[in-house]
Amino acid sequence: MSDLAVIQAKGLDLTFQTNDGAVQALKGVDLDINRGDFVSFIGPSGCGKTTFLRCVAALETPTGGSLTVNGMSPEEARQARAYGYVFQAAGLYPWRTIAGNIRLPLEIMGFSKAEQNERVEKVLELVDLAGFGGKFPWQLSGGMQQRASIARALSFDADILLMDEPFGALDEIVRDHLNEELLKLWERTGKTIGFVTHSIPEAVYLSTRIVVMSPRPGRITDVIESPLPKERPLDIRDTPEFLEVAHRVREGLRAGHAYD
Amino acid sequence: MRSLLPVLTVVAAILAFWYVACIPMNIHFAAMQAERAGVPVTPEGMAPRREMGAIPLAARNPHIWAETWVQDKPRLPAPHQVAIELWQTTVEKKVTSKRSLVFHGWVTLSATLVGFGIGAVAGVLLAVGIVHSRAMDMSVMPWAIASQTIPILAIAPMIIVVLNSVGVQGLVPKAIISAYLSFFPVVVGMVKGLRSPTPMDLDLMRTWNASRDQTFRKLRLPASVPYLFASLKIGIAASLVGAIVGELPTGAARGLGARLLSGSYYGQTVQIWSALFATAILAAVLVAAIAAMERATLKRMGVGR
Repeated sequence: MSDLAVIQAKGLDLTFQTNDGAVQALKGVDLDINRGDFVSFIGPSGCGKTTFLRCVAALETPTGGSLTVNGMSPEEARQARAYGYVFQAAGLYPWRTIAGNIRLPLEIMGFSKAEQNERVEKVLELVDLAGFGGKFPWQLSGGMQQRASIARALSFDADILLMDEPFGALDEIVRDHLNEELLKLWERTGKTIGFVTHSIPEAVYLSTRIVVMSPRPGRITDVIESPLPKERPLDIRDTPEFLEVAHRVREGLRAGHAYD
Repeated sequence: MRSLLPVLTVVAAILAFWYVACIPMNIHFAAMQAERAGVPVTPEGMAPRREMGAIPLAARNPHIWAETWVQDKPRLPAPHQVAIELWQTTVEKKVTSKRSLVFHGWVTLSATLVGFGIGAVAGVLLAVGIVHSRAMDMSVMPWAIASQTIPILAIAPMIIVVLNSVGVQGLVPKAIISAYLSFFPVVVGMVKGLRSPTPMDLDLMRTWNASRDQTFRKLRLPASVPYLFASLKIGIAASLVGAIVGELPTGAARGLGARLLSGSYYGQTVQIWSALFATAILAAVLVAAIAAMERATLKRMGVGR
């Protein structure tokens, strides 16, 4: 198990010191994410799902327990470019073209000019934006901007993709479409994906495993292995298997809230 | 084109107000001259008129209103007098003449531009330091703010006297006063601009393991450009004020400030007003030049639409 696990958390704690006293954002989180997994984190606000992802990305420092990414500390993993991170907002620079935005991490990491161009072309193709490289962000729709930001996270070929509610700000039709695209992309690239979401159908549709979390303190209440096949057309969401998983997620979320 | 009519209406309203204001401002002198020329004026005699307010006097003598717009040394010159003076001292005089506003304008402009250059560069460098070092933020910012609370009229003579005592005079002291006024808006705008990237923008940079230097060059600096131009516009107008104020305390013989000063010595109100307008026009041209640079830069960056 351990040579398969790319992200391993054991008894992870994180306590924020605020003006109102200590807030326990994560408490005793144990989780192994295996290579090639698509793991969704779902739960109400304040349950620590985003915080967990930020710990993996070394954007927050845990106050207790252990966390390894590719067998390294999160800080070392970042230096080894182990992951790409996608935020809720696309965060494209308005003064750079789409291609320029995707090239940005490559410039920072010191890729050669020729390789930069080659990689930009490749990932634009991957997210179905070929031909849009010369456009500026404001010329693209919100969905296309988010695809460009995914391309940017993929451009330097990290094994792990961390996504923090990447489609949260988009309307449902665009969201469905991007979910479908994301699954195809995951299948083609074989990346390990950690995906934070508020939406039960989104989590069930996308994931091989669903991590249900609850707040105060942020902790894992259930981990559900999805019985759904790898091939998932959008109408799989009407099958009994899908509804059963969704039901279990909903139960888990309710249980976490029971003593609120 | 559709905005032409409202713009012209506003200009016409200002000019009309100005002509009307000239009547009470200049009516006492007009009445005196009319009486000397044998035109009847009510009331007769200097003494009763002196007791009278300007508006009642104007109301009782509408036949001499026209005389208030053509005096040599009016309290308030009429718009056309200022316009004629401006025309004569810019277009009709040779630019080397001591009475040419182009000559005086250039003297002031050169000090303005040198001072603005110093102020803008100093402002940007200070802002970079302030954003990168907490110690500088705490130690420089209070002084920068304090420096602007001192009235420039109080400190300008000191700068000129101190520099004069070490043999520096002419353009440099004026440029330093210009720089003193213009660095502050640049510091404030640039600090704001360099800090404008959101926490998410900065987090993204961290996920790529970007160095401070890379974050600065690729994120903070380009993000600050719109803020920089906004503060440069304020800065260049302040520079012009600084250069003019720098010309006042020495009784300088050259520059727009000198024209203002000599005009007030000799009661040449038309000269004062034309120098004021020359200053305003110069300021407008300078701000417009910065705006043109801004448009070109933003367009090149792809941000301009």
